[in-house]
Amino acid sequence: MSSELLHFLQLVVTGLVIGSVYALVALGFVLIYKATSVINFAQGEFVLVGAYICLDVIVRFQIPFVWAFCLTLGFSVLLGLLVERLMLRPLIGEPIITVIMVTIGLATVLKSIVTLFWGTQIRVFPQIFPQEPLEFHGIVVSEVYLWTFGFALLFMAVFALFFKYSRAGIAMRATAADQQVAQSMGISVKRIFAISWCIAAVVSGVGGILIGNINGINITLADFGLKVFPAVILGGLDSIIGAIIGGLTVGILENLMGGYLDMYFGGGVKEVAPFFVLVVILMIKPYGLFGTVEIERV
Amino acid sequence: MTLLNVNNIEVIYNDVILVLKGMSLSVEEGQIVSLLGANGAGKTTTLKAISGLLNTEEGEVTDGVIEFEGEPIHHLDPEEIVRRGIFQVMEGRRVFEDLNVEENLVAAGHLQKSRKKIKERQELVFSYFPRIKERRNVLAGYLSGGEQQMLVIGRALMAQPKLMLLDEPSLGLSPLLVGEIFHIIKQINEEQRTTILLVEQNARLALTISDYGYIMENGRIVLDDTVERLRDNEDVKRFYLGLTEVGTKRSYRDVKHYKRRKRWLT
Ligand SMILES: Nc1ncnc2c1ncn2[C@@H]1O[C@H](COP(=O)(O)OP(=O)(O)OP(=O)(O)O)[C@@H](O)[C@H]1O
Ligand SMILES: [Mg+2]
Repeated sequence: MSSELLHFLQLVVTGLVIGSVYALVALGFVLIYKATSVINFAQGEFVLVGAYICLDVIVRFQIPFVWAFCLTLGFSVLLGLLVERLMLRPLIGEPIITVIMVTIGLATVLKSIVTLFWGTQIRVFPQIFPQEPLEFHGIVVSEVYLWTFGFALLFMAVFALFFKYSRAGIAMRATAADQQVAQSMGISVKRIFAISWCIAAVVSGVGGILIGNINGINITLADFGLKVFPAVILGGLDSIIGAIIGGLTVGILENLMGGYLDMYFGGGVKEVAPFFVLVVILMIKPYGLFGTVEIERV
Repeated sequence: MTLLNVNNIEVIYNDVILVLKGMSLSVEEGQIVSLLGANGAGKTTTLKAISGLLNTEEGEVTDGVIEFEGEPIHHLDPEEIVRRGIFQVMEGRRVFEDLNVEENLVAAGHLQKSRKKIKERQELVFSYFPRIKERRNVLAGYLSGGEQQMLVIGRALMAQPKLMLLDEPSLGLSPLLVGEIFHIIKQINEEQRTTILLVEQNARLALTISDYGYIMENGRIVLDDTVERLRDNEDVKRFYLGLTEVGTKRSYRDVKHYKRRKRWLT
């Protein structure tokens, strides 16, 4: 294999792994948007909080990662419930802009709490997954990347199955499609909203743990949430499949653009790339690749 | 036994628009009762007041009572009202377009206890509507209008309600299909012992399957009787069955014109 091609594939593979985590977090974002029409600007802060909680319980209580992971999931469920109950539910029926401002406020509050408890310097997870580099036909991937990718895929698969087959999942899609009709069937819209926020907090928490394992964490992890915007806008705000494909695409694109263009701009391309892509998408396909297309009956 | 009793209710939208004024009707267990009336009379509003869906659109029952099985229900959530056995099939075939037929049915069986029960109900739905059984894996948005109407009635069957509220099931369907669907509604009523409150523009057909009829105008009932007597009533013939004394058909336009001159309560 030529070294050019190898370099390209190397960039694609690492981009894909990070993209899978974007996809996971984007799934949570889209879920909230679909079910409740709320744009959650605190999605990145859920990522942040999840990562810190997990790290903290590992270090503080010296418990195995698996337990810390489960505890974090439990905590995320609680966080989702609390946020929905205390901040969003009282706002049902309020103008959408009010609700958006509240999620921005929530983001600030969560970030402050994290700073308060854990400060701002970078913290690293104790090594959980081996960092050994593995080699496939010349492409080098450290094992932690494979675990990350595996976990992200696993969680997405679980939620995909949940939405497709479980009664609660079907009720959630029904509510997203037509809230009033869902209510006419005895589906509790409040409960659906609560579940949506829980799932969004859970996938974000998992995303935070996965990324934290690779990069270490500090307060800027919250910016991860911003990268989710290009992903969901690429996929179309209200499409779960779109969010997943969007996440993967953004991961790959930013890595490629960083890999090839950084030398001309002196670094930082990776950080900007997703937003550059975002602007381009908005110009050519304002509803995203998978955004709602009304069904035309034939 | 009286299953549903709407007593002198007043409904206001957005705190100002008074739509129902002293609306009363009652539905006996096991019957099909028709609620007829012109556009804007308040038929849909009446159904929403009963099912509690009024709350989801800034409407409110400000006076009177609605009793179901002897208990007042007008202050309950739609969820709780469904739980008690009232299921509204809304106007305009509101299928979940991007869910397939089966998923639409599963969603409608939300309050059923078990998956087994849902399967049973689903088989029952398919026995009444074999046509949608063939299309069980198709997205509901791609069904024909008639199939969608069958699906929304099927959804009501999933919940196994004591009282079904049907809002204009004939809307926009071919006469042949309307006949078929009305026939099935009658069958459901007889075989499942489901009481039905039917809102219709197609008065002629509605009266053929009903036991009792109410005629509504401007937010209140202006006439009610058994269907036999309603069919013989000269005014009903003229304004709702589109017949004059000599039995010739009149155009809708003429009826409208007449209506403006003669109101029921004068
Ligand atoms: N959500 C709402 N907010 C304000 N006014 C409403 C609302 N829904 C209905 N109305 C008004 O209430 C009146 C009765 O409406 P309703 O839908 O109950 O009539 P209807 O008898 O079902 O008519 P149609 O045969 O056209 O369906 C109408 O004047 C309508 O404009
Ligand atoms: Mg109506």
